[in-house]
Amino acid sequence: MTDQLDTPVGAAGTPAAPTAPARRRRRRETGHASALSAVPWLIVPLLLIAGVVVYPAIALVQASLSDYSITGLRKGSAGFDNYTSIFQHDDLWTVLANTAVWVVVVVALTILIGLALAQFMAKDFRGRTLMRWAIIIPWAASLVITSRLFTLILDYEHGILNRLLVNLHLLGEPIDFLGDDSWVMPSMIGVGVFVSLPFTAYVLLAGLNAIPGDIVEAARVDGASPWKIYRHITLPLLRPALLVASVLNLIYVFNSFPVIYTLNDRNPGFSHDTSITYSYKLAFKAAERSVGMSAAMGVVNVLLILVVVLIYLRIIRWREVTQA
Amino acid sequence: MTLTRRLRPYYLSLIGLAITLVFVSPYAVMLLDALRPSGDVLASPPTFLPREWQWNTFGTVLSDARFLNWLRTSLVVAVSSTAIVLVAAVPAAYFTARFRFPGRTAFLLVVLVTQMFSPTSLVVGLYREFFDLTLVNTYLSIIITNAAFNLAFAIWILQGFFSSIPRDVEEAAHLDGCGRVRTLWHVMLPLTLPGLVTTVIFTFIAAWNEYVVALTLMQDDDKKPLTVGINSYVTGYQQHWDELFAASLIAVVPVVVLFALIEKHLVGGLTAGSVK
Repeated sequence: MTDQLDTPVGAAGTPAAPTAPARRRRRRETGHASALSAVPWLIVPLLLIAGVVVYPAIALVQASLSDYSITGLRKGSAGFDNYTSIFQHDDLWTVLANTAVWVVVVVALTILIGLALAQFMAKDFRGRTLMRWAIIIPWAASLVITSRLFTLILDYEHGILNRLLVNLHLLGEPIDFLGDDSWVMPSMIGVGVFVSLPFTAYVLLAGLNAIPGDIVEAARVDGASPWKIYRHITLPLLRPALLVASVLNLIYVFNSFPVIYTLNDRNPGFSHDTSITYSYKLAFKAAERSVGMSAAMGVVNVLLILVVVLIYLRIIRWREVTQA
Repeated sequence: MTLTRRLRPYYLSLIGLAITLVFVSPYAVMLLDALRPSGDVLASPPTFLPREWQWNTFGTVLSDARFLNWLRTSLVVAVSSTAIVLVAAVPAAYFTARFRFPGRTAFLLVVLVTQMFSPTSLVVGLYREFFDLTLVNTYLSIIITNAAFNLAFAIWILQGFFSSIPRDVEEAAHLDGCGRVRTLWHVMLPLTLPGLVTTVIFTFIAAWNEYVVALTLMQDDDKKPLTVGINSYVTGYQQHWDELFAASLIAVVPVVVLFALIEKHLVGGLTAGSVK
């Protein structure tokens, strides 16, 4: 525990200078503080978190244990009935499977493509600035509007993508990207990756930029091949940035609402929903109209993502998170 | 070998151009849709170029008083949220990066867990809370909310940057008679500039594009931010796709400008320069 925690590895990816035992000891002495002395430094975040996250989270748990009328009035306590209804719901397993596919595929593709993209963004060439500005656009644009835009682009009848693919003879027939059951998820994943890439590429680019050039240069002078340099120097030093990018993407993609809700809007039922849109629809759109069930699903969602992130951190050694 | 070396910059530029096109093309479609009459947007078969060019859409949107109100809200909210995030996150990130104290790990985990709550599921509780505080329909309500939802990222990123700065740098400042706060301000902050810039961009964009909370908390039409307001261009009753898309493109501009202004610091890698 101590070794891990005392080796500062920045999210920026800069490793600490090699530490002699004597220095490490001094480091530890200067680095201890009492909980009380931490209060002034942490008080503002703590207050914000208490007011904006903890309070409504408690309200969510209370709602999940309550019985509501169809119009949303609280009728009394429901015990765990809402949770039982959730787990007995016919569509729950479809929704959970959709969620798993959505999260795993979008995050994996985003990280892989983002890594290549960041590497390329770090190179020097004419037009680089233009490219960097272009990459920021999907991030700068409202997700809701981008999703609405893609419902038009991917439309079976009015969509420009089908027109383009058919005109280029890449397709004989237009595809119903948002209506055909086998195409809805791939289409949503495509848009999901597209909107997640800018953020990811920039986190990874920041990580790449923080790797001291002289380390890479020294390896090159020693005759290491580019692949070896990448595998043994760049990737390990990029680990903290990769960690930030993957954990935040896991959370963002899991919680992603507008893309799925908008692209899947015309399809009835829950066959292409993830657990986030499912919990929303339970309260406002589906036949259930149940605030209690929706809240219960909201609680389940938080526990789900918490477990997923903890498992992920366990796999990649979580201690670095509290450090990096 | 020499040939590939000479060609290299050109093919890099070509790949760069291809990437640029991939990221821009959906928004080029958006631009073309903004420049055609709304009825043409849903025409079948679709055409790449407008059947009829409608050049005044951007002028119409920019002279729409409602649009200007939404734009003002978005600016106020995004700038204030970013400022609060910096003020809250810098001291916390610095302290947790430099000191071990009881509750440190718990604090960092709590911060991480706050990020996991989807705003969609918290919004009902938030509405009730702000209603009790009579803060519904105020800028303050969504500023505070945006700040809190973006704290985790900021603390996390900044903490990494702070811990990557060698302690020697700080100790040198101490020996020169700098107090803890002055060291933080004059020595550490300039060294974490790339981290600060990252935080600013991320928080600004997140607050600029926040939707669900603003949709619920801001019900006065003139106090809505852009993300919520512009949706009234296309509803069940009226369909102004041209105006919706023109407004959306204008909304991208402040972010790209902010980004262009501070991007070079993101590239900095200043920490690397200080380690000798």
